[in-house]
Amino acid sequence: MSVTEELSHHDDHHEEHHEQGFIAKYIFSTDHKVIAKQFLITGIIWALLGGALSVIFRLQLGFPDLNLEFLRPLLGKWISSNGKLDSEFFLALVTMHGTIMVFFVLTAGLSGTFSNFLIPLQIGARDMASGFMNMLSYWFFFLSSVIMFVSLFIETGPAGGGWTIYPPLSVLPQAIQGSGLGMTLWLVAMVFFIASTLLGGINYVTTVINMRTEGMTFSRMPLTIWSFFITAIIGILSFPVLVAAALLLVFDRSFGTSFYLSEIFIGGEALPNMGGSPILFQHLFWFLGHPEVYIVLLPALGITSEIISTNSRKPIFGYTAMILSMVAIAFLSFIVWAHHMFVSGLNPFLGSIFMFLTLIIAVPSAVKSFNYLTTLWKGNIVFTPAMLFSIGLVSFFISGGLTGIFLGNSALDINLHDTYFVVAHFHLVMGSAAFFGLLAGVYHWFPKMFGRMMDTKLGYLHFWLTFVGVYLVFFPLHYIGIAGFPRRYYSFTNFDAFSTFTDLNTFVSIAAIVTFGAQFIFLFNFFYSMFAGRKAPLNPWKSNTLEWTTPRVPGHGNWPGAIPKVYRWPYDYSKPGAEDDFIPQTVPYSQTTSSNFPHENELAKSEGAEEGGAH
Amino acid sequence: MLNLVVVLAVVLIIAILIALFRVSTLVGIVKGDTQRQVPSGNKVQAFLLIVFMVVGLGAFFYYSFGGLNDDYVQPLASEHGVITDRLFWITMAITGSVFVVTQIFLFGFSYKYQHSENRKAFYFPHNNKLELFWTGVPAIVLALLILSGWRAWVDITGEAPEDAEVIEVVGYQYAWSVRYGGSDKKLGDYDYKKIDATNQLGIDFSDKDAFDDFIPRELHVPKGKPVLLQIRARDVIHSVFIPHFRLQMNAVPGMPTRFWFVPTKSTEDMREETGNPDFNYELVCNKICGKGHFAMKYTIVVDEPADYEAWYNSQDPWLKQNADYLSEVPQNLQEAAQIAAKLDDRSEPSSIDGIAVSSTK
Ligand code: HEM
Ligand SMILES: [Cu+2]
Ligand SMILES: [Cu+2]
Repeated sequence: MSVTEELSHHDDHHEEHHEQGFIAKYIFSTDHKVIAKQFLITGIIWALLGGALSVIFRLQLGFPDLNLEFLRPLLGKWISSNGKLDSEFFLALVTMHGTIMVFFVLTAGLSGTFSNFLIPLQIGARDMASGFMNMLSYWFFFLSSVIMFVSLFIETGPAGGGWTIYPPLSVLPQAIQGSGLGMTLWLVAMVFFIASTLLGGINYVTTVINMRTEGMTFSRMPLTIWSFFITAIIGILSFPVLVAAALLLVFDRSFGTSFYLSEIFIGGEALPNMGGSPILFQHLFWFLGHPEVYIVLLPALGITSEIISTNSRKPIFGYTAMILSMVAIAFLSFIVWAHHMFVSGLNPFLGSIFMFLTLIIAVPSAVKSFNYLTTLWKGNIVFTPAMLFSIGLVSFFISGGLTGIFLGNSALDINLHDTYFVVAHFHLVMGSAAFFGLLAGVYHWFPKMFGRMMDTKLGYLHFWLTFVGVYLVFFPLHYIGIAGFPRRYYSFTNFDAFSTFTDLNTFVSIAAIVTFGAQFIFLFNFFYSMFAGRKAPLNPWKSNTLEWTTPRVPGHGNWPGAIPKVYRWPYDYSKPGAEDDFIPQTVPYSQTTSSNFPHENELAKSEGAEEGGAH
Repeated sequence: MLNLVVVLAVVLIIAILIALFRVSTLVGIVKGDTQRQVPSGNKVQAFLLIVFMVVGLGAFFYYSFGGLNDDYVQPLASEHGVITDRLFWITMAITGSVFVVTQIFLFGFSYKYQHSENRKAFYFPHNNKLELFWTGVPAIVLALLILSGWRAWVDITGEAPEDAEVIEVVGYQYAWSVRYGGSDKKLGDYDYKKIDATNQLGIDFSDKDAFDDFIPRELHVPKGKPVLLQIRARDVIHSVFIPHFRLQMNAVPGMPTRFWFVPTKSTEDMREETGNPDFNYELVCNKICGKGHFAMKYTIVVDEPADYEAWYNSQDPWLKQNADYLSEVPQNLQEAAQIAAKLDDRSEPSSIDGIAVSSTK
């Protein structure tokens, strides 16, 4: 206790001493809240860009005969003289879309925003363990963003071998132009990106372990924090492997090594490389790549847990089970990677092993879904936009999760691998679910971020257009995928087998454009409310967690006085016998005798003792 | 035209939005929304959720059971495909039911338990029995699915039968080539360093098995007989994907892969079945490989076994068509090569020697 107090005193003074200038306050800030907003806004810009790229390639897929001349001002020589999109640039678009969405939007944009914003606020800390590292984390991300962005505009185009950058395609500029400078920039950008993620991750883990306020035991931590904590650990363990994979790729590209190359004849000549294995890269890549999908997803699930519980006015069902299933998912996510490689030429025996492991991971995921449903059951549900997005997330998580059971079954994956079925699967379970988690989080914590409320009606409109839109875009892709349509195809006209579904593809593209358009409602709401929204009450959602005990716009150090103490878990909603339908974490059991359970009455006694001792 | 529609749509949407926004803000302030904890639209949202569920599930059933203009299941033509398709539909039945039930719970609960002033939520933090139940049931169901999937997988990826037709399939930017063993039914060695503009597959003519190998323009396979594809790639990764056979295997440079299967319907059978007189089996590239990835097609013909034999025997060895390459055959095998490549019955050996000498690359 005394330590906390000392710390808080120290920080209080700190706050009074410096009135920071604009640059220190908003640009090179070490305040976790500012850094979070920096991540958020950068993430939003990336999301728009990534979405715009998908709209361009959806135009190609949905309207193959369309004259794209109107894109020439934007794309220049990538539009041919007869108004067609270049088929190589199509691949570059797909690649950059995937890279941007997975890494820049849903890793940096999601974890970067909410881990930074919520960890100190919800565990009761003044800031991150290292504010400086935290700032560095953002600026590495920024640098990475700039490099990746620049790569879009170079002569030979950005990387084009898919976001999975499988060699030899990603090594050989003879094979695809994007593997020249574009790929180099991609790799450089990703190295900075990984540095950023690691700096952030180490900070999150350290902060959660060391800086919880008094009484905030692990078993009283909100599920958001649990999810950020676990996510950060996954990131720390998996991203370095991507660095290793990328490093070997760099050697193969530039220094003539043969880690991934063997027996290649291209561009009229036989390359000297012998003995390498392209499959090795796939192993290394997916050792990151699969955990990565959980890095993307878990924070979204944490955010949803919090929002669903708050707005159902009910404790999250199975708090411990939720944590255990996240831990199980995190652990299993490291030993299922080869399910992406069932038809890569992998030893079939390994295929069997990975099929078993993969389908095991479905169990904790199922547990999470059922727990969400039970949390809603007999709730008293308030449909804030955040709540709607959370319900949408659960819907996507179920829809997309179920198709994973097909893909994880190696016998079925033979026919489904790399088809649109996969595209449908991961867009629902990872893309849309995590994206909805991000949006839910923004709607929910906007009042704490900017001290103002977003408009609810616009939030509803945004939700419905997006929710219906996402289903209209991605649900039909299942049918197209079952029919065997391959992904990363510029057009399907070359094959009789794929001469069908032209209408459906057009439909999907229209739905995608409308859905993309609907995001501007959000943008308007976001920026308008930031400056002109209604001033937020201190605890607009009547929530239990600590962040709502701060001032409307918390300053540097978060709490003007001492950091509040925590006495209970964060999910005491609608507790029988309680006056209100929520009891914040800062309310001691001794003040809630009417609603305490017997063991809590015991705790109430020791609370009193402690209190007495301290004074 | 489309541009115009898009632009108009965007403008319209924006206009509607702004109008809606202003009106609703004003109305909201008048009604005192700002003081309320439960948004005034709560009931409407609950209602919309249930409408969405009903319409969504309706559309799901309608389109899954024949409502689409096109058939989303490719006709099936391989033995193992029967097994994997059955497994696919069993999985679909299970996950489909779970999908419907859980979505009904999700939206149904949301509707039923929408906020009401005179009710308090049920404080229900956990229940070990329930949690054990829904950990256990998915675990058991998944275990059953895994087991059946695993058995299918082991059978499919197991060794090909002894008598399988062995065919080599090679992918390169942006085409396929296939090679047959010829009359000895043995594929000769290859070496990627021997690849040139003519010898696209890098056949190594120091191996006598290579002399009678032939490289046709289409991939022919016999109906009802096991076929083993030996797959490799020359430049980047490609993937041999044949949707009608439910067959896929990557073609990897430097690492040969394989897939065996039994085709069950001849091209003619399929033409009848689909009512499409132009039906052809197609080999599709399904691993991103560069700008021509979407056009890497190869035609496959499934023959009745007798037709297949006839076709097979009518094919000229590659060496016969490209007699220059005799020069790569070691001296002591020259004669064998000429016989195996059926070169002796076309022209005088001496003239072939002449060609061979004059055209060493
Ligand atoms: C406007 C919304 C979106 C649309 C219309 C869209 C559309 C598509 C399509 C059609 C593809 C497949 C292209 C192909 O394989 O030929 C694709 C690929 C991909 N998308 Fe999206 N997407 C959208 C949003 C997202 C989001 C939110 C994510 C976040 C995870 C995402 C992640 C990816 C990834 C990882 C790929 C794979 C890229 C690759 O194959 O290399 N997308 N997208
Ligand atoms: Cu995975
Ligand atoms: Cu390809």
